[in-house]
Amino acid sequence: MNDMTPTRAEREAKLEGMGCKRKRVEDVRFTQGKGNYVDDIKLPGMLFGDMVRSPYGHARIKSIDTSKALKVPGVLAVITAKELKGVNLAWMPTLAGDVQMVLADGKVLFQNQEVAFVVATDRYTAADGVEAVDVDYEELPACCDPFKSMAPDAPVLREDIKDKKDGAHGPRKHYNHIFEWAVGDKTLTDAAFNKADVTIKELISYQRVHPSPLETCQCVASMDKIRGELTVWGTFQAPHVIRTVASLISTIPEHKIHIIAPDIGGGFGNKVGAYPGYICAIVASIVTGKPVKWVEDKIENLSSTSFARDYHMTAEIAATKDGKVTGLRVHVLADHGAFDACADPSKWPAGFFNIVTGSYDFPTAHLVVDGVYTNKPPGGVAYRCSFRVTEAAYCIERAMDILAKRLNMDPAELRLRNFIKREQFPYQSALGWEYDSGDYHTALNKGLEVVGYKQLRAEQAAKREAFRRGETREIMGIGVSFFTEIVGAGPSKNCDILGLAMFDACEIRIHPTGTAIARMGTKSQGQGHETTYAQIIATEIGIPADNIMVEEGNTDTAPYGLGTYGSRSTPVAGAAIAMAARKIKAKAQMIAAYQLEVHEDDLEWDIDGFRVKGLPEKSKSMKDLAWASYNRPPPGMEPGLEAVSYYDPPNMTYPFGAYICVMDVDVDTGEYKVRKFYALDDCGTRINPMIIEGQVHGGLTEAFAIAMGQELKYDERGNLTGGSLMDYFLPTAVETPHWTTDFTVTPSPHHPIGAKGVGESPNVGGVPAFSNAINDAFGFMGGTHINMPHDHWRNWEAAHKLGMHG
Amino acid sequence: MAKTVVKMKINGADVEALVEARTLLVHFLREQQNLTGTHIGCETSHCGACTVDMNGMSVKSCTVFAVQADGADIATIEGMANADGTLSVLQESFRQMHGLQCGYCTPGMIMRAHRLLKENPDPTEAEIRMGISGNLCRCTGYQNIVKAIQLAAAKLTGRTYVEAAE
Repeated sequence: MNDMTPTRAEREAKLEGMGCKRKRVEDVRFTQGKGNYVDDIKLPGMLFGDMVRSPYGHARIKSIDTSKALKVPGVLAVITAKELKGVNLAWMPTLAGDVQMVLADGKVLFQNQEVAFVVATDRYTAADGVEAVDVDYEELPACCDPFKSMAPDAPVLREDIKDKKDGAHGPRKHYNHIFEWAVGDKTLTDAAFNKADVTIKELISYQRVHPSPLETCQCVASMDKIRGELTVWGTFQAPHVIRTVASLISTIPEHKIHIIAPDIGGGFGNKVGAYPGYICAIVASIVTGKPVKWVEDKIENLSSTSFARDYHMTAEIAATKDGKVTGLRVHVLADHGAFDACADPSKWPAGFFNIVTGSYDFPTAHLVVDGVYTNKPPGGVAYRCSFRVTEAAYCIERAMDILAKRLNMDPAELRLRNFIKREQFPYQSALGWEYDSGDYHTALNKGLEVVGYKQLRAEQAAKREAFRRGETREIMGIGVSFFTEIVGAGPSKNCDILGLAMFDACEIRIHPTGTAIARMGTKSQGQGHETTYAQIIATEIGIPADNIMVEEGNTDTAPYGLGTYGSRSTPVAGAAIAMAARKIKAKAQMIAAYQLEVHEDDLEWDIDGFRVKGLPEKSKSMKDLAWASYNRPPPGMEPGLEAVSYYDPPNMTYPFGAYICVMDVDVDTGEYKVRKFYALDDCGTRINPMIIEGQVHGGLTEAFAIAMGQELKYDERGNLTGGSLMDYFLPTAVETPHWTTDFTVTPSPHHPIGAKGVGESPNVGGVPAFSNAINDAFGFMGGTHINMPHDHWRNWEAAHKLGMHG
Repeated sequence: MAKTVVKMKINGADVEALVEARTLLVHFLREQQNLTGTHIGCETSHCGACTVDMNGMSVKSCTVFAVQADGADIATIEGMANADGTLSVLQESFRQMHGLQCGYCTPGMIMRAHRLLKENPDPTEAEIRMGISGNLCRCTGYQNIVKAIQLAAAKLTGRTYVEAAE
């Protein structure tokens, strides 16, 4: 061996495989403004579409006059429900088994609902056309409060289904009722409450918010009438699902539809669904024979595309007097807006809300969710969380704090006392899930130690005394949150979207010179898949990550996959990558055995190739084997080196974490300062620590925004009060706190590389940490629960109601 | 609609074009000049994705008419890389510190940071945070953007970058 021979460490480092802080390959184009987003696409003859939208929350449409609009020079067409009926597209199916108007058919059911689509030569002329469309409305009484939806005299919202006794998920109790979903053992749970020493009950609301990526939803549709082929470039988190849906609702066969999701400017769940704008752009392209671009603006995005949350949760816990939980009962009133367009797996009308038992060993639990219609936009999307998981985490984490207060026990101590223990995994929860792995005690104890929890509580006690003595007007809150997520949907036995099992897929091709391309069924919206997926392959088959190109978002070239949302990319597609890579490795081993003239079993893997056991100088690198696979494969073996894997996960993954927030609140102004935010995440095996940290920072910032300021609020007539960035809180660098991140590693036992997914954990765990801090700050003055968002006004209001203003 | 001739310098090159009086600078840059690196987020001057440099000041090009830029000296993200095509110090710092994720706010953020460091070559963290408060990012939580700007400031002024403890 001479000095030039790389050491093992050097060979390993050259791969930039799993565990290293590889810099992102995407950044070279993004930092130069050379990304390719939908609105950057410009096709010859391309037209532009714009929406006429309803100013009313609930109104009958008496007439639509498009004649003036059609006279505007440059306006080529105006599409209304009438035109769409001609192609059977006035309504479209939703992912939740409901139907939704594409353009208003007879009435409008929410403010800014799509009424007509104006097609013109450019975006300015299209806007002129929108102004010129004359719609005559007759306003109807609106219902925007889900608690009033099922009143006997509530207005009938959905006239199309008012007499239908059954919905997609069973019987309906009222014409504005969508479904009732019940899980768990009612009898056992009732019995637990009957004999409990202590019970708590609280209505905990999680307000309506919006994912609000910086880039809005948009598409370019181009119908080639000669070939009969449709190409749509769009902001699609799930391109293949869009292709199948487009084929099912149109007459175009699926092989003649090409869906391309180029670079996406953030998604967070907002870009999962199919929106009327997409359908209208497609129809407009068919009508005009030209490519048609549709780009919504920020106000349209906030007020008409998928909202999130709007869950009103009544939580009850039964416990012994020494703080052992014995039962959980939850009822949820779920506001789904005017159409049930919730993007959940088909059999889960409330998503995975039955993860609501959280990290605690509840012997029994019972959950009922009622979904109702209101005059608000449809949605209910998983905004940076798995399906309804952030709602569940918020519910249980607030409820545990309320119980701790009732028991006069420290909230961290109550959690430690009730955690599922490490030796109980795999753990069967009372509401039906099998948690794969966890070590909750280690995680929380580490967090408490790092933040100096005992000292913080002592400081808080002293500050409270000082407040009582009138020496300070500032109070201090410590928010503890311990979440368990359920991500990686999911196993075909219980997860599908419109009948499509929720697998994901990867195809890897090794080129003769030892470089590779991997094609995926997922689609990054900023998560850095091009960087991290290559790291998995690098570790698995010993090709440097820099020599691996990852391609996503083109349904013609990518294997079928269900897309990126619900933290499913790493748990599902990441597993598909490892499995495809292992198929390649197995074939490479056979080639190596042939070349080295030994039996396969005499070979062992060594970083970037195979070597003969006991004879390390006899080896073949992956680069050599790639060439050999094309040049001189063993007799009888097919040439080439490629593999496809479709991965159906055996179980979900269950990331968890301990978050602690320390906050000071001025009771006279309601202003708050986040003094410290500590986030410990356990996402199993860590692929790229730099990207994990970035994901956690971003998710925490979104959690901060939700807990401390975001709300899509509607008045009684259905007006959205605050539907622009003037009012809707997207924090700047000034308000955003500092984040301290930490980790433990508990690999998933069923995942090929042990990874669990991380992108959504900080949103799920962050929201309760902030809210618990505010509630903890005010708790010593009385009261049990203050609803989010905890903005300055509401903090002032809370202080006022608690008599803190003298 | 009647059109007006505008002349301006964009990334050092002289440009002359016909525009409608109502054409926004961002649409002029993106659609007439094919400089699509400048992005549109909100069209209401809140998000800063469309930030460009105009006569030595940061402007949000979604609320400037192209005719207002007549005679102006404009710099966009396309003009930021080094002459040899390599990433500038600021661009490279964003990459090094993981100061971007989806990349949508990045051009505006870099254009703002570029101007900020001209205005204040050695800013404190608070000054950086205030200095970029007209630019929203939904992905990163800003912490690594701040670090990227700190790293660039250190490199550009010949200081050693010391990462602050969390």
